[in-house]
Amino acid sequence: MRKVKVYITLKEGVLDPQGKAVKNSLNTLDFGSVNEVRVGKYMEVMMEESENLEAQVEEMCDKLLANPVIEDYSYEIEEVIA
Amino acid sequence: MKFAVVVFPGSNCDRDMYHAVKEGLNEEADLVWYLDADLSSYDAILLPGGFSYGDYLRSGSIASTSPIVQQIKKAAADKKPVLGVCNGFQILLESGLLPGAMLANRDLKFMCHQEELRVENNKTMFTSEYQKDGLIHLPIAHGEGNYYCDDATYQQLKDNEQIVFTYTNNPNGSTGDIAGIVNETGNVLGMMPHPERAVESLLGNADGLRLFQSILTYWRNNHAIHA
Repeated sequence: MRKVKVYITLKEGVLDPQGKAVKNSLNTLDFGSVNEVRVGKYMEVMMEESENLEAQVEEMCDKLLANPVIEDYSYEIEEVIA
Repeated sequence: MKFAVVVFPGSNCDRDMYHAVKEGLNEEADLVWYLDADLSSYDAILLPGGFSYGDYLRSGSIASTSPIVQQIKKAAADKKPVLGVCNGFQILLESGLLPGAMLANRDLKFMCHQEELRVENNKTMFTSEYQKDGLIHLPIAHGEGNYYCDDATYQQLKDNEQIVFTYTNNPNGSTGDIAGIVNETGNVLGMMPHPERAVESLLGNADGLRLFQSILTYWRNNHAIHA
């Protein structure tokens, strides 16, 4: 079994009103050093081992988990010892 | 003319869409459940608004993976009119039938009110009953209606006259004030405002009815004669 950690972030240049609201709140809490916040998504996908695991993960991201028009993704694969 | 209104789990404007065709336009309509629908016998496909699959992951993304989308793609390839309103627009974007994507509204609020729109293109099968540059009013009701596309796509939309409706007072941050676009072949329209909620002057606004009348006019001109 493998644990696939998928990170989805908004592409650079795509406005992130949520991140902006979080940034403003952090500034309000006196974290004046915060200049920007971008909010993304994190998913854990448990998968059977296979030879083309990476290709499968990338296909899943392209087809559903991320929207390539507005989002980028990256991932890490971890071994899970039962 | 026979319209299919595709119902997904979480659709909630399906009855309004059905009513608009049935009582507003006086044409045939069926509410078809997304799992067991056969769209081949319909002349036009309507994707209603709502919150299909609770807007999980991204609005419209889960619905865009359901098998019926293949049938919608076939209808689109066959040049049948396909209209997606609100969540229906989001499904068309997520399934790749229209370019671009939706972001959360600029100020993160769910907006539910009437907006003024400009008819940018009245040469489509959806807008022939409107005046070019005419101003109309339609209700909007969305939290993620901030249309986004990159500069190259926007230029393409402009060059091909694919921008059909724009907001005169952009409420949500949409690129180029876009409220509705068609695909390159002009038979797939996605729009955030709700024409099906404005089909009766008795209820204050019938600006949306002309959109459905345009579809009917197109169909009569192109199909009924040859039937």
